[in-house]
Amino acid sequence: MKTPPTALLSASTALGLAVALTACGADGDSGDQTLTYWASNQGASVEEDREVLQPALDRFTEETGVEVELEVIPWSELYNRILTAVSSGDAPDVLNIGNTWAASLQQTGAFVPFEGEDLDAVGGEGRFVGTSFATGGAEGEPPTSVPLYALSYALFYNPTMFEEAGIEEPPSTWEEFAETANELTRDTDGDGEIDQYGFVTEGGNERQNSHMAFILGQQHGGSLWGEDGPTFSSDEQVAAVKQWVDLMAVEEIIDPSSAEFNDGTQGISDFVDGRAAMTIVQGSARTTMAARGFDDYEIAQVPMLDPLPGEAVQSHTAGINISVFNDTDAREDALRLVEHLTSPEEQVYLSQEFQTLPVATEAYDSEELRSGSMETFRTILAEHSAPMPLIPEEGQMETVLGGAIGELFARVATGDEVTEADVRQTMEEAETQMNAAN
Amino acid sequence: MSTTEEQGPDTAENPPAAGPAREPGVRRPRRPGWFLPYGMVLPAAVLEVLVHIIPMALGIYIAFTSLTQLTIRRWTTAPLVGFENFVRGLDPGNALGGALFESLFRTTVYTVLVVGLSWVLGMAAAVALNTRFRGRGVLRTLFLVPYALPVYVAAILWAFMFNQRDGMVNQLLVEDLGLLDEPPFWLIGENAFWVLVVVSVWRLWPFAFLMLLAALQSIPEDLYEAAAIDGASTWRRFTGITLPMVRSANAVVLLVMGLWTFNEFNIPFLLFGDVSPESARLISPLIYEHSFVNWNFGLGAAMSVLLLIALVIASVVYVRLVLPKGNGNA
Repeated sequence: MKTPPTALLSASTALGLAVALTACGADGDSGDQTLTYWASNQGASVEEDREVLQPALDRFTEETGVEVELEVIPWSELYNRILTAVSSGDAPDVLNIGNTWAASLQQTGAFVPFEGEDLDAVGGEGRFVGTSFATGGAEGEPPTSVPLYALSYALFYNPTMFEEAGIEEPPSTWEEFAETANELTRDTDGDGEIDQYGFVTEGGNERQNSHMAFILGQQHGGSLWGEDGPTFSSDEQVAAVKQWVDLMAVEEIIDPSSAEFNDGTQGISDFVDGRAAMTIVQGSARTTMAARGFDDYEIAQVPMLDPLPGEAVQSHTAGINISVFNDTDAREDALRLVEHLTSPEEQVYLSQEFQTLPVATEAYDSEELRSGSMETFRTILAEHSAPMPLIPEEGQMETVLGGAIGELFARVATGDEVTEADVRQTMEEAETQMNAAN
Repeated sequence: MSTTEEQGPDTAENPPAAGPAREPGVRRPRRPGWFLPYGMVLPAAVLEVLVHIIPMALGIYIAFTSLTQLTIRRWTTAPLVGFENFVRGLDPGNALGGALFESLFRTTVYTVLVVGLSWVLGMAAAVALNTRFRGRGVLRTLFLVPYALPVYVAAILWAFMFNQRDGMVNQLLVEDLGLLDEPPFWLIGENAFWVLVVVSVWRLWPFAFLMLLAALQSIPEDLYEAAAIDGASTWRRFTGITLPMVRSANAVVLLVMGLWTFNEFNIPFLLFGDVSPESARLISPLIYEHSFVNWNFGLGAAMSVLLLIALVIASVVYVRLVLPKGNGNA
């Protein structure tokens, strides 16, 4: 029987398609010795991160002969990419994760647990700052990530504005903070409009809102998570959230416009542009300020309640961890890369470049890292920080709780009064949402 | 005239006149190249299965599992939970079900407003531009700009314009026209819904305009001339000639715009980010929130299936009630 050429063409197209699709599925089994590394975006841009990381990776290649293929992934995409990699198995060898994701990602079983020889291979537990190491996974289980960059919140203030207002010291209690911010909230050009606020925060930023609910909640003696699930509506947590929202609603030291801010840069912009005299952000914000050519700021510890009914917590133990995928065919090399990046020498270099805190205790002995601000951040991290709840639902909790607080800020900004009962009701609804979704 | 009786029974002994004689059990030989049509359709069929059918079937399967970030590594073995996701999603007494029903109601109101306003604007512009006048070509092109612009660019520009502190909208309303004393918030609070409607109408009406203009051009000019001679007013000509003549096009345009609008995701996502303000939380962003913010794929898939069923039912009812029936005599 004769076969017409068109039929052959169709059949071969289908066959070719099938072969191509099969080939797609097999991609990644190339067997080469190059490690792939997904880094999170720490600096002002992805390009800048690549420029910072490449010399550190080149030093690794020089030492070991192992090449590293680097991809810097923006935060907005990173978690999605990781879960896609977990489900498909088409994953990098080594990758960065936000440390609040550690417990969630640990439960997927896709990452190498750091215990025994594997932990020794990356320098052992003794290498790391204790509070940061504790964020590597759920309590009581071998961590599936180790810290890479440590971060903490701090109070950033503008010394020029302080001087103009005759204020000598940054506030150390929340009461002083409100007084100071009130003095700094003013109409500087006499047009009847306030153009300088005492403080700026991003009212629509879910992450920041949930972190502040945690920090203030700890100071009030509360916690976000108990044995039976979320405890957002406890008296202590309600008081914490009310105090935070009242900075806009009652104290009027935050520009209501900031209720729309949500991308992590708008609040910093207001601080840099002189629209606000103080802000509470993580240390990595300094890279954004440097990129804007701004250095007129000082750093102080986050205020505390006085008297303090709860814990002396000024920040959650923030930071970025590093993990190794279970499916890697180069486990030994991957562990060597983790060891290299967390070594005291590389930590000194990376901390300077990314304005983070070293995770290796030995790195703190370095002369290059001795500065007043580094000491402030280190004190907050080592002595006044606690990890966010180490639970698989952490990411979801930040979204739900932070979003609920964002709605409260929105109500204040649009002219509604927000009472304690309103805060409690909003927190109860957020709890119900968490419980129903799990 | 021949009848069945005259032809006799259709048996092996007396085969039908049309068919060639065949011995029992012997297959008719296939014509050479019989598989050509199948071969030509095959690539498209394979792609259809890969791109549409398999993902849809997987989505339906996932709706019956408790697939979350914790079970995603071996997602094919995620525990089956029967109808639990559907029950949770549909229970109005539960926070999730309550949010779903609120969102469904809001999405319905949004769809009616957006489709209605887009149709009115599209029809008005089509009627206006269906007559010859100087500059008609320029206006036609100009009207299509919102539809031609990538939605991502357009929605981000709108977000800038509706910014409370520095946006162009508040600059116009407060500073330039003095209509308001204080700049209102548009992207948070209750106004967010209206921003969503405005941007969606701006984006959609050129489609209605384009389709209806094409339909209007098929109406014979003599009908209008005859009506004018009979003294029919412009409105009478519109209701008596234009609307009935574009009925089929209208029905299709409204159906397509309705389905698109009900499923709208891009505009709210670009205006508000991962989680929309409560006043503007439509059904598709809500499903996204469950699936890709809270990482509960099972629940997200169950809500998608419910949405699919609701839209199929609405479409079938609409098609049966509104779309013109073909009678084979056309």
